[in-house]
Amino acid sequence: MKVDLSAVASVAPFLLSGLLFTIQITVVGVAGGIVFGSLLAVARLSPNRLLSAFATAYINLMRSIPLIMVIFWVFFLVPWAIGWLVNHGRPVAVGASLTIYATFVLFEAAYYAEIVRAGFRSISTGQYAACEALGLSRFHAYVYILFPQAIRNVLPILLTQTIILFQDTSLVYVISATDLLGAATKIAQRDGSLVEMYLTVGVVYFLFCYAASQLVKWLQGRLAYGAR
Amino acid sequence: MSLLFETTPDGVGRYIDWIWSGLAWTLSLASGAWIIALVVGTLVGVARTLPGGIWPRLGRVYVETFRNIPLLVQMFFWYFVLPEILPARLGLAIKQMDPPWSGFVPALVCLGLVTAARIAEQVRAGVQALPTGQRAAASALGFGRGGMYRLILLPQAFRIILPTLTNEFMTIFKNTSVALTIGLVELTATAREINENTFRTFEAYGVVTLVYLVIALLAWSLMYWIERSVQLPSLVSGSARK
Repeated sequence: MKVDLSAVASVAPFLLSGLLFTIQITVVGVAGGIVFGSLLAVARLSPNRLLSAFATAYINLMRSIPLIMVIFWVFFLVPWAIGWLVNHGRPVAVGASLTIYATFVLFEAAYYAEIVRAGFRSISTGQYAACEALGLSRFHAYVYILFPQAIRNVLPILLTQTIILFQDTSLVYVISATDLLGAATKIAQRDGSLVEMYLTVGVVYFLFCYAASQLVKWLQGRLAYGAR
Repeated sequence: MSLLFETTPDGVGRYIDWIWSGLAWTLSLASGAWIIALVVGTLVGVARTLPGGIWPRLGRVYVETFRNIPLLVQMFFWYFVLPEILPARLGLAIKQMDPPWSGFVPALVCLGLVTAARIAEQVRAGVQALPTGQRAAASALGFGRGGMYRLILLPQAFRIILPTLTNEFMTIFKNTSVALTIGLVELTATAREINENTFRTFEAYGVVTLVYLVIALLAWSLMYWIERSVQLPSLVSGSARK
């Protein structure tokens, strides 16, 4: 068995375009997931029973089923949902990348919601009381006082979840999208270079995730120091 | 739901039989991998808490490697790459395994070893959370290293990390779906197959989603019950520990 590295060099641009898509999914998933997840967390902590029940049900549902299942669901449902909204109930064709972005925002939001909620619970109750005493509306209390503190407390966990998200993006393979792994698979099948491609991809993912996990460790140390 | 009781295209059974078979594969994969993960994870976790020497470093390499590469890529490694880089005869023997074993065995090894890395981190955290006096007391009582871990440190550490272990079990259960990429027809793949045969997507995915929810609920109740039944009075939260 020979490993031919020149096979990798010649397809590097294609792999890079795959990597770019992987990063795009991650960025959209993180940004959308944290925004939607924070809303879910606030909803779950809301005194409104209906709202909190909905948020709890959504979070538990998403956390109980595999991501691949969610990918299949969204892939199937999004054309119907958009068709129902704008096309009198007839499904419309939607690009694969849009469905993928939607999937990751909807799925990861459930996980981010639980992290943000843990952040809110780590803030002392005096902060809530103080907001009320200062006459801040609930919106302002959350945006200016509570949310910044909550996020700071759970920053390392948020980053760890982001590393998991980055790794999870490889699952878009199941709908034949061309992310890093998808690009490598297409090349591997064309050239018969399975070993080279999958080893390369493994190394690339490793480098990204290892660097990010070291960043998390450094951050944890800093935050622990700041708390002393 | 009437879909479940219709005859499958091969005429042998009904769709509900497919679901049962998918569920059986999912559960056997999850529980088999869970056993591997617990054994390997405990060993690696213990290695990481040993005082100096080569073992903690090897443990760290293990954890970083298995944690920083996506599960799917590792799945492909066991399925596609390993048979190519092994000696020719061994590689051929692996390739010639019959389905479903050709997908099941790599998935089992892969899921087990990946989850082991996560469990190892928790075991390490659990052992390190114990007061150092526990170690000292065990040595003073004449325990060797093996006895110290087996009888003193690990039983306490496992009680501490039990809630996070529940999470890991749910993760391994959900992660079995990744095995569909290497041809194992587990639960999620079953939903896809029923959909491809009937085009009744809502029902096919709906039923399987429900099955996942029920299993998740059962697993949570079971682990809650285990947590309650192995609890030590002195370790109940709010007590003087720490």
